[in-house]
Amino acid sequence: MADVALRKVVKRYDDVEAVRGIDLDIADHEFIVLVGPSGCGKSTTLRMIAGLEDISDGDIMIGGDIVNDVPPKDRDIAMVFQNYALYPHMTVAENMSFGLRLKHYPKAEIKARVTEAARLLDITDLIDRKPKQLSGGQRQRVAMGRAIVRNPKVFLFDEPLSNLDAKLRVQMRIEIKKVHQKVRTTTVYVTHDQVEAMTLADRVVVMNKGRIEQIGTPNELYHKPATRFVAGFIGSPAMNFIPCRLEDVGGTLQIRLTDRIAFPLPPARAARYNSLPRTDKLLLGLRPEHLTESHAHLEPGVETFDTVLDVTEPMGMETLVYFGLEGTPVCGRVNPNAGAKDGAPMRLAMDLNNMHLLNEATGAVL
Amino acid sequence: MSSVTIDKAAPTRTVKYGSMSRDRKWALRWSYFFLTLFAIFSLLPPIYMLITSLKSSAEISAATNPWWVFHPTLENYVGLLTSNQFLRFFWNSALVSIFVVTITMLISVPAAFALARMRFWGSATLATGVFLTYLIPDSLLFIPLFKVFALFGDWTGIQLINRWYVLLFIYPTLTVPFCTWIMIGYFASIPKELDEAAIIDGASWFQTLTRIFIPVALPGLIAATIFAFTVSWAQFLYPLVFTTSTDQLVLPVGIITTLIKGDVFNWGQIMTGALLGAAPPLIIYAFLMDYYIAGLTAGATKG
Amino acid sequence: MADVALQPNRVGAAQPARKRSSLQKALKRKSTAAFLMTLPLIILITLLVLYPAFYSLHLATLNKSMQRFVGLGNFEFLFKRDTFWLVVKQSCIFAITAVLFKALIGFIVAHFVHNIPAKGQRKWRGMLLVPWVIPPAMSTLAWLWLFDPSYSAFNYTLSFFGIGPIPWTGDAAWARFSVILVNVWYGAPFFMIMYLASLKSVPDQLYEAAAIDGANWWQRIWYVTLPMMRNIIAITTLFSLIVTFANFDIVRILTAGGPLDHTHIFATWAFRIGIEGSDIPLGASVSLFMVPILAIAAIFILRDVNKRGNEA
Repeated sequence: MADVALRKVVKRYDDVEAVRGIDLDIADHEFIVLVGPSGCGKSTTLRMIAGLEDISDGDIMIGGDIVNDVPPKDRDIAMVFQNYALYPHMTVAENMSFGLRLKHYPKAEIKARVTEAARLLDITDLIDRKPKQLSGGQRQRVAMGRAIVRNPKVFLFDEPLSNLDAKLRVQMRIEIKKVHQKVRTTTVYVTHDQVEAMTLADRVVVMNKGRIEQIGTPNELYHKPATRFVAGFIGSPAMNFIPCRLEDVGGTLQIRLTDRIAFPLPPARAARYNSLPRTDKLLLGLRPEHLTESHAHLEPGVETFDTVLDVTEPMGMETLVYFGLEGTPVCGRVNPNAGAKDGAPMRLAMDLNNMHLLNEATGAVL
Repeated sequence: MSSVTIDKAAPTRTVKYGSMSRDRKWALRWSYFFLTLFAIFSLLPPIYMLITSLKSSAEISAATNPWWVFHPTLENYVGLLTSNQFLRFFWNSALVSIFVVTITMLISVPAAFALARMRFWGSATLATGVFLTYLIPDSLLFIPLFKVFALFGDWTGIQLINRWYVLLFIYPTLTVPFCTWIMIGYFASIPKELDEAAIIDGASWFQTLTRIFIPVALPGLIAATIFAFTVSWAQFLYPLVFTTSTDQLVLPVGIITTLIKGDVFNWGQIMTGALLGAAPPLIIYAFLMDYYIAGLTAGATKG
Repeated sequence: MADVALQPNRVGAAQPARKRSSLQKALKRKSTAAFLMTLPLIILITLLVLYPAFYSLHLATLNKSMQRFVGLGNFEFLFKRDTFWLVVKQSCIFAITAVLFKALIGFIVAHFVHNIPAKGQRKWRGMLLVPWVIPPAMSTLAWLWLFDPSYSAFNYTLSFFGIGPIPWTGDAAWARFSVILVNVWYGAPFFMIMYLASLKSVPDQLYEAAAIDGANWWQRIWYVTLPMMRNIIAITTLFSLIVTFANFDIVRILTAGGPLDHTHIFATWAFRIGIEGSDIPLGASVSLFMVPILAIAAIFILRDVNKRGNEA
């Protein structure tokens, strides 16, 4: 067990910088998820921790030791790959014990460890099969088993669930979480799926274009995103960004969305945003669940407006409604019984208590 | 949208089905008819070898129906298989082929692994060079090679010409490039994650090759081995140029130079010898046809 | 155990200057290992392929006893000989005709095999590939016996139809025909196997889509099969062109160049002059004439193989 630290880690390929200076401290036993769109450098970062890629600059430490030049086998890490990378000519047991056999562990200990890992992952019955005879989910378990038997300092997962179908992915997600709760090994997990990141992580690291956008617990990222990228990336359907500006009308601070639509800000928000220049181009960030159907008893800070819906998507427990505000597509979530229809007018309520205000130019959340 | 296409397609299919199946039946009959013709054409020479090999010289010179054996006899087989000379040819061929296969694999497999996985300066050029070498035919090199080995003998006093083992130096020029080329293809098709997993598991490059790559690419290895064996066994030009004494000859050259004496053709024995010479590749082919075909098609499709 | 392995690195971490150089060393190690693994291959190709190939250029400029430099004298001598031009003509006729028929027969047979139910395909494919498996020197002996002037089994059969006897290897025109026939017999299965593999790789949906679009059998071949197979057809044809052009075994055993040099091709004639006639420089000059056509074919193959690699 060990902590992992990255200090100004840079990765250059010829003249392209894939990772541009990453600082990250991962505590012992922590489950960290690196998440971001493809090409954001998350996999490269993981592979540098694993030692599969040389680092161009900076330091990587595992358990307090700089491991920059330590070959992967001596870093005491284990990795689970997207396509499982099981050795096709070996049985499940042989796959799991390969690393131990290379290190000449005693036969009895190898057997004990494999049995223990197989029991933990519920694959005891499959131990003598070849990977070809296994389903995707079973292969995934074996790949995890291969990591567990090594009892390494750090687990590295590289998009391990991407090759599974949606249902199995949810199941394996829970499985991974359970295993981590049992073995408590420091884990770095890479995914492009923000749901996976939110559900698995102790802390999520959102990456974009080779840099870290924000590090935080899932709730922090959801409710207090630091940048427009994080705000838009976390949450599904994504947060709406509506162009707006601030104006003073009769002593109260108003937010103006269109010529016709403007709302007074709730007092707490007004105090926070009062110092902003009125000329700035701003974006109102609002999650779809804070844009609902209007009803009789509205809380303070919830304002209503009328619009014409473009498209509605009934999801069962809720209905997603799409409409435009001066050309900006906006999504809201309404009660399935609220009577939303394609092309029909509807009165919606906007919960400004949960609004975010962003600078359009810098993307910073104010 | 997809349901619409299916709806449209379904009725046309049912309407056409009757005529299509009748068409198919006729197409099938014609296919079988022509395939039979081509199969006869393909198998005619080996079958004729077998027929002739079972005839006595008397029956052959009597010019009876050549397609039939009236008095089958094994005298040709007995004659050849008890002749020290013929057994010597067979032994030489076997020795050369086995050594060449071993040498080829020892050179090709590590080279292919390095070229497929360990990018280094000039590796791409070298891979292309290997492929081009494979395209250089024996008939282009036999004269300079002969001279090179003659000069080598003059300079060092080590006489290699007219020794069967000179072929161990020459045959690899034919087998190594092809085997390296197809092994590069097989190795390159192994997912990169597999060697990364092995590296993380603590395997060295050599262990990755012997414990992961070779077992995983075993079908390719078998195909390459078969290829190297068939080429060595069938090679005719080089042994014809490099060996002349009867005790140094390999099978194809041996049969042609010793069984054909001037104008006297002992056809019964020649056909028997040819059939016995064709037997090892045919037997390998019969048992390992799929590997054989995989190797055959790999040359042009991998890479 | 891992702790022990990490020990030396603690020292390394204290000296950042050393850390880069050790990384370079590691990289060097990997490429050194790779170089060592390819070294036998490089030595083999350099000493036994490249060196002889360039040596033959040198050889071609010497006189028969190899003691005097004659420049392009051997080539001048060849250009003045009718036999040389006969060999050039025959090599071209032989290679082009044989490859054409091999390709055509291979294509047709591949389609027939592809047409029949998948269950039986293995058996037919197995039989049809036999000519390619038998060492050509051995199978050509069988053909020689089938073509025998006095005992030809073909003439025996044809005599029942009132045809013949045909001088299979005795007459110049027939001898050329026979040599090409044997070569087609030997080489067509290779085309068949390559085409069959490529036919199988054409997705069925394409044919179904074409059938729904109303394409008939011929249109399906022309618009679906051929474009999908174009690359493999090109590569196989060029491969075969090289092998056929450089062929030795079949002509040597069947006719040995006769009658009256009328079936000699480059390889057999070079052997006759260089080895049997002991004029090594002249023989080397003859075989060098194969280089241009081989080089052109090789360039096109390389282009196609690379293209294929990029597609995949």
